[in-house]
Amino acid sequence: MRVALFVTCVNDAVYPATAVATVTLLERLGVEVDFPPGQTCCGQAQFNTGYRRETEPLVRRMGAVFEGYDHVVTPSGSCAAMVRENYPRIARKAAAEGRGTELGGIAGSLVPRVYELSEFLVDVLGVTDVGAYFPHTVTYHPSCHGLRTLGLGERPRRLLEAVKGLELRELPGAEECCGFGGTFALKNPAVSAAMGTDKADSALTTGAEVLCGADSSCLMHLGGILRRRGDPLRPLHLAEILASTEAEPHP
Amino acid sequence: MSGTFVGMPAFPEAAREAVGNSTLRANLRHATHTIRDKRARAVAELADWQQLREAGKQIKNHTLRHLDRYLVQLEESVVRAGGTVHWAADADEANRIVADLVKATGEREVVKVKSMATQEIGLNEALVAEGISAYETDLAELIVQLGHDRPSHILVPAIHRNRGEIRDIFREEMGSWGRPAPDGLTDSPAELAEAARLHLREKFLRAKVGVSGANFMVAETGTLVVFESEGNGRMCLTLPETLISVVGIEKVIPTWRDLEVFLQTLPRSSTAERMNPYTSMWTGTTDGDGPSVFHLVLLDNGRTDTLADEVGRQALRCIRCSACLNVCPVYERAGGHAYGSVYPGPIGAILSPQLRGTASEIDASLPYASSLCGACYEVCPVAIDIPEVLVHLRERVADRGGKGHRLEKAAMKAASWAMDRPAVLAAAERAATRTRRLHPKKVPGTGAWTAGRELPELPEKSFRDWWKGEGR
Ligand code: SF4
Repeated sequence: MRVALFVTCVNDAVYPATAVATVTLLERLGVEVDFPPGQTCCGQAQFNTGYRRETEPLVRRMGAVFEGYDHVVTPSGSCAAMVRENYPRIARKAAAEGRGTELGGIAGSLVPRVYELSEFLVDVLGVTDVGAYFPHTVTYHPSCHGLRTLGLGERPRRLLEAVKGLELRELPGAEECCGFGGTFALKNPAVSAAMGTDKADSALTTGAEVLCGADSSCLMHLGGILRRRGDPLRPLHLAEILASTEAEPHP
Repeated sequence: MSGTFVGMPAFPEAAREAVGNSTLRANLRHATHTIRDKRARAVAELADWQQLREAGKQIKNHTLRHLDRYLVQLEESVVRAGGTVHWAADADEANRIVADLVKATGEREVVKVKSMATQEIGLNEALVAEGISAYETDLAELIVQLGHDRPSHILVPAIHRNRGEIRDIFREEMGSWGRPAPDGLTDSPAELAEAARLHLREKFLRAKVGVSGANFMVAETGTLVVFESEGNGRMCLTLPETLISVVGIEKVIPTWRDLEVFLQTLPRSSTAERMNPYTSMWTGTTDGDGPSVFHLVLLDNGRTDTLADEVGRQALRCIRCSACLNVCPVYERAGGHAYGSVYPGPIGAILSPQLRGTASEIDASLPYASSLCGACYEVCPVAIDIPEVLVHLRERVADRGGKGHRLEKAAMKAASWAMDRPAVLAAAERAATRTRRLHPKKVPGTGAWTAGRELPELPEKSFRDWWKGEGR
């Protein structure tokens, strides 16, 4: 089984600890992962802001970089959703405009091989207990693209529930958007911050120590709000919790 | 569309004001959360909800594909039943037709059943300009009209008002429009409803002309259908001598049988009821029963242009249930007025820029008034993929390259260029991390971010450098 890690540009540059944790976790589970260094970004920001044609070279790059791997795993619900939902659309529109006939093939080949981390663990490896240890109270925010576009369902929560020492606290209004939304956070800062503030407030009512999510960009937005207000709640990516063990606990 | 909204600021500014208004936010939050929870329960009762949703989508898609055929059939059926059909290409033409029809009756006032189409074309204002008073009779619409306000929700136009505000509006304004509010009116719902009932009853009994919209038009029989909760609409449809219905061309459905689907999905999606209290249907005219003269004004106003767009046309499936507004986290904070149209919320964000084009600032900003969370798509009873259309319309706006988008396009192009070159990306990452201690508190260009949030601290090393350092 040849497994490639798609780290995403945000994790690579801003949250490398999440990507390192993903490697640690997968290797502990006996998966040999590769990081093809030619990878950069899935093009989500460009596409979602209305620059579809600017996304096409990145679709090509993704196709070339991950060719030949059985599975492509990413610790990001929204980037997995970008590939699965939007690559076929990009290919269809390009073809309709008489360009990029190869894009259809790239999308068709990538889509069934791209997995968000929790999907890969539960569906491909068939595990829910990954042998993690994390003695903290945790509340989980399912990001919109994971929840609605990918349909991750209970997978992340089942993984968390199996973590030794972890107490999972229900997040009220969990399915509501945190307000990040890519460039939405910059184009509509007032509404975005109001949504994030409400999400942070409901997370605080749980009394949990850690706010867990499976998308670094949502955590960056929520973490930015929590830090600005000095709130005692730590955002942490799912991968980092699952990578933590008794022998090597998360710092 | 209506001139009422011309010159509106773009969505982000209008929304910022709304976000700062805590009463408005509390009113909206309370109302939308109550109805969204009720809707979820009403929908969960039906085991075949997803099939109904698919059926609604298919019926509408089929009709839209053969719209010309069904509209001609509808016209024939209406004429056969004793009605007259008028075709209006845009708002001005529709308003002129209605004003002329009212004037021909010699009347100077009309009663109205709540109608999105007439709001869209600004009919009330157009009639006033012709010396004709148009009285809204839907309770919430009445509150909006008396308050010299604009509707901020499709189904609950006065959603942004609380009971105290409504009592004040009734006390101050009812007298100048007809029967005044009773002395000592309180803010109890029963008293407010009774005050409205008395005020409206007087108008119903006096009016000779009624104006309505319709939720559906059945092509095979020429029947028009209105779903409502209060019964005021039925008064408008049955008491006057002349009835004028103004309806968007996308409201046609082929057969009576098709109604079966929407009779189930519309009430549950909009008012969270199993069945709406009043379903009124009228087919042309009948001697000695109801209005003796019936006119149907079929409104285009940007709809055929919308139909021509393969991705965007799905917005024409909309049955105006407002479920998408009630689950939308952006609508909940920004309120309906920020959308600068009678169609607020997620559906407004995709419908207005299609019906009106994206030339104005407000219309160009609407496709961006969403975090693309997808909650709207999930609840839509005709499965309109609103996020897909939003992104599709963003492309249209970005292509026009208007204000702000020229710079953005350059930035996106540059980003794609760098992202297509891993070595460039790695070098940029290294430069950023090496200087990370030197970053000023306020990084230029991040103002919109740092207004409410901290920037993340950059790590010592990117993942790709860590991976290389590990010697893999
Ligand atoms: S878009 Fe869908 S959910 Fe929104 S009002 Fe129209 S039919 Fe209802």
